[in-house]
Amino acid sequence: MAIIAVAITACSSDNDGPTETNDNFDRGAMLANWADNIIIPAYTSFNSKVVEMEAATAAFNAAPTVENLQSLRAAWKVAYVSFQNVSMFEVGKAEDIRFRNRLNVYPTKVAQIEDFIASGNYDFDLPSTIDKQGFPAMDYMLNGLAENDAEIVTFYTTNSNAVGYKNYLSTLSQTIKSLSNEVLTSWTGGYRDTFVANTSSSASGAVDKLTNDYIFYFEKALRAGKVGIPAGIFSNGTLPQNVEAFYKKDISKELLLEAIDASVDFFNGKSFNGTSNGESFKTYLDYLNTIKNGENLSALINDQFTVAKNKANELNANFVEQIETDNSKMLASYDELQRLVVLFKVDMVQAFDVTIDYVDADGD
Amino acid sequence: MLTAVQKYFKKDTQAAPLAVFRVLFGFMMALSILRFWANGWIEKLYIQPKFFFSYYGFEWVKPIGDYTYIIIIICGIAALFVALGYKYRMAIIVFFLSFTYIELMDKTTYLNHYYFISCIAFLMIFLPANVYFSVDTYKNPRKAFQMIPKWTIDSIKLMLGIVYFYAGLAKLNSDWLFNAMPLKIWLPSKYDLPFLGDLMQQQWVHYTFSWSGALYDLAIPFLLLYRRTRWFAFALVVIFHVMTRVLFPIGMFPYIMIVSTLIFFDTGFHRKVIRFISKLLRIDYSKMVALSQTKKYRFKRNIALPILAIFFVIQLLFPWRYLAYPNELFWTEEGYRFSWRVMLMEKAGYAQFKIKNTETGEQFLVNNTDFLTPFQEKQMSTQPDFILQYAHFLGEHFEAEGHENVAVYAESYVALNGRLSQPYVDPNVDLMKQRESFRSKDWILPFNDTITGL
Repeated sequence: MAIIAVAITACSSDNDGPTETNDNFDRGAMLANWADNIIIPAYTSFNSKVVEMEAATAAFNAAPTVENLQSLRAAWKVAYVSFQNVSMFEVGKAEDIRFRNRLNVYPTKVAQIEDFIASGNYDFDLPSTIDKQGFPAMDYMLNGLAENDAEIVTFYTTNSNAVGYKNYLSTLSQTIKSLSNEVLTSWTGGYRDTFVANTSSSASGAVDKLTNDYIFYFEKALRAGKVGIPAGIFSNGTLPQNVEAFYKKDISKELLLEAIDASVDFFNGKSFNGTSNGESFKTYLDYLNTIKNGENLSALINDQFTVAKNKANELNANFVEQIETDNSKMLASYDELQRLVVLFKVDMVQAFDVTIDYVDADGD
Repeated sequence: MLTAVQKYFKKDTQAAPLAVFRVLFGFMMALSILRFWANGWIEKLYIQPKFFFSYYGFEWVKPIGDYTYIIIIICGIAALFVALGYKYRMAIIVFFLSFTYIELMDKTTYLNHYYFISCIAFLMIFLPANVYFSVDTYKNPRKAFQMIPKWTIDSIKLMLGIVYFYAGLAKLNSDWLFNAMPLKIWLPSKYDLPFLGDLMQQQWVHYTFSWSGALYDLAIPFLLLYRRTRWFAFALVVIFHVMTRVLFPIGMFPYIMIVSTLIFFDTGFHRKVIRFISKLLRIDYSKMVALSQTKKYRFKRNIALPILAIFFVIQLLFPWRYLAYPNELFWTEEGYRFSWRVMLMEKAGYAQFKIKNTETGEQFLVNNTDFLTPFQEKQMSTQPDFILQYAHFLGEHFEAEGHENVAVYAESYVALNGRLSQPYVDPNVDLMKQRESFRSKDWILPFNDTITGL
């Protein structure tokens, strides 16, 4: 009885309790670190790459030469790599406009792209066009039209519908730029404060939301999209045509490694433009473990990240070649990423007690 | 001894407490159903999903598309009729059947408190809850009685006592008492509560809550029974349930329990409640009550007592069925449900299913989100009977799509009460070859740890 009484007085009258002590984890500081040191700098960097890609597109359209094609392709590649650093942040404006789907759905639908170019009639705001736009569609336009650069350039010069090709390429590039700009200005224009202030512990709280987004991204876009699906994990037989950057071919690995690095850095709260680490999943897990005294989960996750990255490093730069020559390496890489998914979805989610949905549930 | 028992069953008591219980119970049920609807949960839980997890033996209970709303409307109206005491016997039977049907449609939404409501509703079918302060007696004063057999009210007290006491017994395990698990996981995540957020980070709070929670559950039925501790006990009931309401997403349950425990109070209190309700609804209280005079209610056929005796024997024994299973209860959950194990453990899981052609060796993994809602996937991934049922569903689905020689394997991981995740079901067992039964599932991998206690 005494214990109950203590509990009751303790929970009913806590005005003089230890409110400003250090023994609570500051989720607001974690959100601020995410927003100020990772998310906004990453979008700023990506946006500048996209602006350069747009400029290169305009230059190529003005003078479609092999040289201009190559410099546009280089700008496209830089932007595509940079995109791997923002793809996981599907909250706020990015969530509203379904940023990841607008920019990186692959495989891209070539036949329909050709129809669009022929008719000149397309609207990239329509959800039905997500697999005809973004970086994968540009991949086709820059790398997939023909065997060599000289032939590709003819689509923009001597082709009977050269204007159609130019317009399509230009619309692709401009759409990426305007979407990127929209997301960035939303973050810098006030969403940052909304995000950081939303420390509530619920399915709509920023911590729960971004945690769910991060895991969803890692499971679906990274593990399945970049490795599992092309390696045939989810189908009868392999699907090499489903690799990321299918037409460029030799950058699939680079995109994967960049995405893994971005995931590691976000997990550890490492600032985008520096080397310092702030509040993050890692420090949050470490804090919770001071209560729980369980396994050192953040160390296990970081170790597994290293293993997964090493396995990914063994892959051929060209995933199509890798799948066709020795798919077992793709499968091995998938397995290591899969172990991370388990650590995230089971152990980390349990530690954070993240809410998945608003329904009555008594925890059994 | 025998005469004492016979004497007990001849004892009478005032009908007012049971009448108040009927009114409040019916009203709370109607409110719960409105809330359920208003939250959009009928659509989300019973209309949208493509697949529903059935209880063993109740596979025929399914949502019926948009007509599901009709069941819910019927259930809500029946609850109101119960509150009013209008065509009571029919109303409570309809309520029991419709509510239980809804409950059985998908075990994803299993909640102990739904089961509690089914139990109470079943009990009330046999109780004369409408002989006092009801529309039935208003329309037919011959049905009005002031006195009813004492055991009728005691049976509800017994049911409540079982719920609390068994919930308390279930907490007597090493995880709950000595590791303060799962409260050590749940409480720190409530960091945003005003005043309490920081306190929720303190280990002594976790232990205090664990121990006082267990003590509360074990002691409260007795504290409510004795007149001298009753008001104190009721204060504890209110504080305890308000706390659980603040901390956990358990909906109406706390309010229903608070209201239910009023049955322990004596007639004077319930008369006041009736007077209050009468004033509120502008009913002529004296006329309502005068109807009953001082007549004593007597059961015509004596089927109620034997049925309820069997019911309570089952209630007392059923939660112990887990002892018949060899492995850790929290891990396998064999015998876990319908045993008043409320807010007792934290489980997280992940299950991925592989469809394999046993002839050609061709195989692929299933994307669970193609078939399950996030809530269903969460529940499925930690409970073996869900995993098995879903595996069969997948196997049949892909067979219907033209796949041949289908075998279904699951690779799954579960973390229990903050332990590191470990493999859950045997990834080499073709689940299509396994059948649901009450037998122990030997394809669940060992827990590799021990939790001592009940």
